[in-house]
Amino acid sequence: MSIALQASGLGFAYGAGFALQAIDLTVAAGEFSVLLGPNGAGKSTLVCLLTRLFAPSSGDVAIGGHSLTRRPGKALEGLGVVFQQTTLDLDLSVVQNLRYAASLHGLAGRGAEARIAEELARVGLAECRDQPARRLSGGNRRKLELARALLHRPSLLICDEPTVGLDMPSRRALVAHVRSLCRDSGLAVLWTTHLMDEIEPDDQVVLIDRGRVRAADSAARLMAASGARDMEAAFTLLLGGDKR
Amino acid sequence: MIWLIALWGILVREALRFVRQRERFISALVRPMLWLLVFATGFRAALGVAITPPYATYITYEVYVLPGLIGMVQLFNGMQTSLSMVYDRETGSMRTLLTSPLPRWWLLASKLIAGTLVSVAQVYAFLLVAWMFGVTAPAWGYLTVLPALLLSGLMLGAAGLFLSSAIRQLENFAGVMNFVIFPAFFMSSALYPLWKIADSSPLLATIAGFNPFSHAVELIRFALYLQIEPVALAWVCGSLAVFAGLAILGYDPSRGLMPRRVIE
Repeated sequence: MSIALQASGLGFAYGAGFALQAIDLTVAAGEFSVLLGPNGAGKSTLVCLLTRLFAPSSGDVAIGGHSLTRRPGKALEGLGVVFQQTTLDLDLSVVQNLRYAASLHGLAGRGAEARIAEELARVGLAECRDQPARRLSGGNRRKLELARALLHRPSLLICDEPTVGLDMPSRRALVAHVRSLCRDSGLAVLWTTHLMDEIEPDDQVVLIDRGRVRAADSAARLMAASGARDMEAAFTLLLGGDKR
Repeated sequence: MIWLIALWGILVREALRFVRQRERFISALVRPMLWLLVFATGFRAALGVAITPPYATYITYEVYVLPGLIGMVQLFNGMQTSLSMVYDRETGSMRTLLTSPLPRWWLLASKLIAGTLVSVAQVYAFLLVAWMFGVTAPAWGYLTVLPALLLSGLMLGAAGLFLSSAIRQLENFAGVMNFVIFPAFFMSSALYPLWKIADSSPLLATIAGFNPFSHAVELIRFALYLQIEPVALAWVCGSLAVFAGLAILGYDPSRGLMPRRVIE
């Protein structure tokens, strides 16, 4: 199985303190990996390092085998991102947002229009294409961001707490949609969250806290190893609490 | 080809934004028109302008101040570029730009080119209105000024980009107005010739002589009269290189100020 994302010895410091230390992370093609951690654990900082918004103080990231430090262009070609905070231009229409994103990946003309139509249909927003993004509901804005992240057919999708602020049906629909992409097209997914109900037993889970990896294995094995009855209890135990 | 597609995408986005922000366009016109029709009219009687290059005859103050007001349009537009970058950063939409596989310097250059084209469009709209009020330049000057407008627009836009990498929050933009736009404009040759400033304050004349905005105004002034002012040209090109270099450094993830901006 090919490796879509590999982070090794990743560290990030600002000021006098360390935000992240010695992070090792691997996501294989077709794998749904969950980056789990409490608020302030360093998940979003790690996403910024994996997307080259920040440069690491130590270590490196490879996407599709290309180093993000040495060959950022090639590495970023294979990456789609949905950030925690919405990054849509709310005054542009749905289709204008997608055209802009397509152009930043070198897609234009009929090819771009075909991809846009395909992605909009896939997330069920085809009828909203000319609406300003501002008029979309929270759930639909997330779907649009997902469509935008997949326009250039990346091999790796990073979603940084994409379900924050969504109601339960929208959350479930979004998670199910991304899981189906993972299963059907071999897309590698790194999904950051602090919500346990988004995790399934077969998912690879990387648990981080205070800037360090505390555990990494499948959800089922982590639960078994901790002796906990569910993922939430396992999470608490692995972070040093007691919730058997 | 991919680079040009990205440039086009950024140009279209900036154009759509500009069209949407009608107030921005109107204020870009009203501001210099107020200076031209109110301030300059009042100064006309008090301030005569002797024959100095590029002018071949005595000129009215309105004619003298026209290049300065063109510079003002571009200065405000450059700062608007800065404001929109800070706004993009706060709203998160800059992340879409910065995670593109294209080199960051090219993405910044594309933003700069887009902002410059918007400023040139604003300048020509201002020149049209000024012409309707009888403040004119030689007919060919409207064409020969274009390269000067592009250069000065790029320089002021690059200064705006650099500032945007250093400004922490949108709220701090008022400080930019007070500490960048007003000193740059008032301590320059936009409103008075340098020799006239030197008469009353040699220190202020020296400061104005080192102000890149003065040289942008002089480049525009000479270009409007079908001439090239080599010192101003060198200053504008040099300042463009410095500001663009600083902006690229500011947005470099390994060296710039971006991580601090995002974390804070």
